[in-house]
Amino acid sequence: MLLAMALLTALPILAVFGYVFVPAPEVWQHLRDTVLTDYLLNTLWLVLGVGFGVLLLGLPAAWLNSMCRFPGQRLFEWALLLPLAMPAYIIAYTYTGMLDFSGPVQSLLRDMTGWGYGDYYFPNVRSLGGAILMLSLVLFPYVYLLARAAFLEQSICVLEVSRTLGSNQWQSFFRVALPLARPAIITGLSLALMETLADFGTVQYFGVTTFTTGIFRTWFGLGDHAAASQLAALLMGFVFVLILLERWSRHKARYHHTSSKYSRLPRYQLRGGMALAAVLVCALPLLLGFVVPVGQLLYWSITTAANGLDSDFIKLVWHSLMLAGLAALFALLLALILGYGKRLSNDPLVNLASRIAAMGYAIPGTVIAIGVLIPFAWVDTQLNNLSKQWFGSNVGLLLSGTLFTLLFAYNVRFLSVSLQTVEAGLGKIKPTIDNAGRSLGLSPFGVLHKLHLPLMKGTLLTAILLVFVDVLKELPATLILRPFNFNTLAVRAYELASDERLADAGLPSLMIVAAGIIPVILLSRSIGKSRAGEH
Amino acid sequence: MKKLLLGLVIASLTAPVLAEGEVNVYSARKEQLIKPLFDKFTEQTGIAVNLVTGKDDALLERLKLEGENTPADLLMTADAGRLYRAVEMELTQPVTSAILQKDIPENLRSPDNQWFGLTSRARPIFYVKDKVKPEELSTYEDLADPKWKGRICIRSSDNIYNQSMLGSMIALNGVEKAQAWADGFVKNFARPPEGGDRDQIKAAAAGQCDIAISNTYYYGQMLAGEDAEDKAAAEKVAIFWPNQADRGTHINISGAAVTRTANNKDNAVKLMEFLVSDESQEWYAEANQEYPVKAGVAPSDLLKGWGEFKADSLNLSELGKHNAAAVRIMDKAGWK
Repeated sequence: MLLAMALLTALPILAVFGYVFVPAPEVWQHLRDTVLTDYLLNTLWLVLGVGFGVLLLGLPAAWLNSMCRFPGQRLFEWALLLPLAMPAYIIAYTYTGMLDFSGPVQSLLRDMTGWGYGDYYFPNVRSLGGAILMLSLVLFPYVYLLARAAFLEQSICVLEVSRTLGSNQWQSFFRVALPLARPAIITGLSLALMETLADFGTVQYFGVTTFTTGIFRTWFGLGDHAAASQLAALLMGFVFVLILLERWSRHKARYHHTSSKYSRLPRYQLRGGMALAAVLVCALPLLLGFVVPVGQLLYWSITTAANGLDSDFIKLVWHSLMLAGLAALFALLLALILGYGKRLSNDPLVNLASRIAAMGYAIPGTVIAIGVLIPFAWVDTQLNNLSKQWFGSNVGLLLSGTLFTLLFAYNVRFLSVSLQTVEAGLGKIKPTIDNAGRSLGLSPFGVLHKLHLPLMKGTLLTAILLVFVDVLKELPATLILRPFNFNTLAVRAYELASDERLADAGLPSLMIVAAGIIPVILLSRSIGKSRAGEH
Repeated sequence: MKKLLLGLVIASLTAPVLAEGEVNVYSARKEQLIKPLFDKFTEQTGIAVNLVTGKDDALLERLKLEGENTPADLLMTADAGRLYRAVEMELTQPVTSAILQKDIPENLRSPDNQWFGLTSRARPIFYVKDKVKPEELSTYEDLADPKWKGRICIRSSDNIYNQSMLGSMIALNGVEKAQAWADGFVKNFARPPEGGDRDQIKAAAAGQCDIAISNTYYYGQMLAGEDAEDKAAAEKVAIFWPNQADRGTHINISGAAVTRTANNKDNAVKLMEFLVSDESQEWYAEANQEYPVKAGVAPSDLLKGWGEFKADSLNLSELGKHNAAAVRIMDKAGWK
C-alpha cells in the first residue's frame, strides 16, 4: 500500500525518464560541441551562488531573531518570511523594470550626469549574478524559517551547559547551536537549491542558459525528447548525489531532543552599534526581497488598475486560493502517510520510491506536467477502449484536463516540501515515545493520532502553509494542465508579462503576493509558539 | 457555507462536462488577444467556445498525449513553425473551406490546408534615427557585415521568432550560408541577448545599440500604448524594411488548425471563418497592431503610417521545416 502510493507519486518522474535509454549520440555530440559546458557551468555557479546567498541572508537573521532583542525585532521576526510570497519570476520582472539600462534608475543617472552608453559601469541585472541575487532574495526565507524554528526548539539546557563549560556566546553558537540545527538548515538549503534548479522563468528572462533552459531547448527547439530527458536525468543525478552526500556526512548522528526540560531562552539585549548592525542584517533582505519589489508592483497596479480589475478578477483569486488550499491538504496527507510509514517499516523500496517522488521539487514544472500527462492519458485511452468495447461509445477524458490531474501534479512537484517538513518533525520525536505509546496499548495509527500529531502541530501547519504558498506561485504545470476556461492569478500575470506588458501584470502579481502574506504570517506565529517542552 | 464550499470543490474536481457542439480551443495566443473575438462569435452564432491557453510546445505535447480522446477541436499558435510541427506530429487535419481558401493568401496557409494564418506580423530592422541613415541599411544578410560590430540588439535564440527568421534564411540560402551569416551576425551584437522584443527597442533608444530587431506589433503597441517612457523610446527609432530588392521582409503569422480528432469540426471551421471576417480582421489590427491577412482589410492607421512593404512570399511551412537546423546554427554561432 505504502509502496504503491510512493510509486504513484514517483510515476511522472519515472515516465519522463522512459526516454533515457533511447540513444541520441548525434544530438549529444552537438550539445557537447556547443552549449553543454555553458549549461553545466552556469548551473553550478547558480547553485553555489544561491546556496551561499540564502545562508548569508537567512542564517544570521535567524540567529538574531531567536536569541537577541533589538529595535524592530518583533517586526522582523515575521516580516522576514514575506519574500516567500514573491514568485522569483515576478521579482525578476520588477528589478529589470527598475534597473535596466533603459529603466528609471539608470535614465535618471544619465540625465543627472550627462553620461551615455559605455561612459559608466552599472551592474547588469539580467546576468548570472542578477539571477543569483533574485533567487537568493526570495528563497532565503526557507533557511531563515527552518533555522529559526530549530534554534527556538533547542533546549536551553544544551546552551547553558555549553556556557558553563566555558564557551562564550559565539562559541556556543558555532559549536553547539549550529551543529544541532544542521538538519533543519540543510533542509532549508536543499529546498532553496531544488527550487533554484527547477527555476525556468527567471533564468530564461535573464538569458542565462542553465540545465533547465537546456532541457526545453533540446526538447522543443531541437525536437529531441531522448536527449532532453537524458539532460533531465543528469540534473536528477546531481540532486541525488547531493542528498546522498549530506546523508553520508551525518553518519550515525541523530538529532532527537534528549531532554524535554525547557525554560524560556533569555535573549541578549543588543545596544548601540550591535543593535544597528542587527537591524541592518534583518532590514536589508526584507527591503530588497519584499518592500522594493512590492512598491514597484503597487506603482504598476495603480497605473493600470482600470484595465485589470474586472469581474473575472475575483474568479482568478478564488481559483488560486482553492487550488493552493486543496493541494496543501493533499500534500500534507501524503507526506504524513509516507513519513510515518517509513518510520514504521523502513522498507528500502518505499524509501527509494519516496526519495524519487520527493525529487520533483528540483524538476521544472513543465517536465512534471508532461510526466503526469503520460500515464494519465494512457489510463484515459485504456478506459475509452474498454467503454467502446462494452458500451460502444467513448467516455472522453476522465483524468486529463481535470483539476484532479493538476492537484496530482502539484503533489509530485511539492511533496518534497511537505515530506521534508513532516520528516523533520517526526525525527525530533524520540522513538521511545512510540514504544511507550504502543506498550500502553495504542495501535500504530493511534500513536500517530494521539501522540505525534499533537506533538507536531506546528510542523503540520508549516507543511501546509509552505505548500500553499508554493502552489499560489506555481506557473508552468498550472498552465499546461488546467481545464478549459480556468485561469489563476499566476496564469494571468504570466500572460500579460510574456506579452511584454509588465505594468499590466502588476495587479495580478500583487494579488499573488497579497494572498501569500496571510499564510506567511500564520506560519511565523506557529513557529514562534513551537518550543520543545511546551506542550 | 462548508457544504457549499465542498460542493464547489467537488464540482470543479470532476471532469468538466463539455456540451455537444461547443468549440474547444487550445490556444498559444494569449487570452486577452483572442477571448473578445470568441465572445463576439458566441454572441452571433450561439456556439459557445471553451478556451485553454498555454505555451505552444506544451499545448502540442498535451494534444499528442491526449491522443484520440482529446476534447480540443482547434489549435491556435502564435507562430507558423509550431503549426508545421503540429502537422508533422499528425495532430491536425486538412480543411476545405471556400472562405478560408479565398481570403487567406496561399503562402500564409499550409500547402495542403492543414493550417491557416489569421494575422500577420513582420520582423523588420529598427534603427536609431540620429545614429543610422536608412541608406546604410539594405538586407538581413548585410547585418553580418563587420561595419555593424557592437551595434545590434536582438533577443535570445530561445525565442521562436528568431528561430523562424533564421529558418527563412536557411530555406533560401542553405545551411552553410546561414551558418556563416549567423557567425558574423552574432559578432556584431552590442551585448549578450536578453529581454524581449520591446527591450531591444528600448535599449536602442537608450543608446546601447544602433539597431534592434523586433516584431512590428511590439513597436506598434509601444507607440499606441499609455506608457509615456515606452512611447518616447519607440519614437527615437524608425522602421527599415529589409530585402525590398529581393525576397522581401521576413513575416510570420498567428494561425489555427483543426485537430485530427475534432468532435466539432464544422463549428471549428465556422470559428476560423469568423476570424477572417472583415470585422475580426479589423479588431486584430486595432487591438494588437497586427497586419490583417485578408486582402482588402486595411491595417490600423498607425501601421498604415509605416508605409507599404514587400513581404517575403516564402510558404511559412518552410520555417518549421528548418527549425531544428536553425537552433543548431545558433548554438554553433554562440547566439545565447
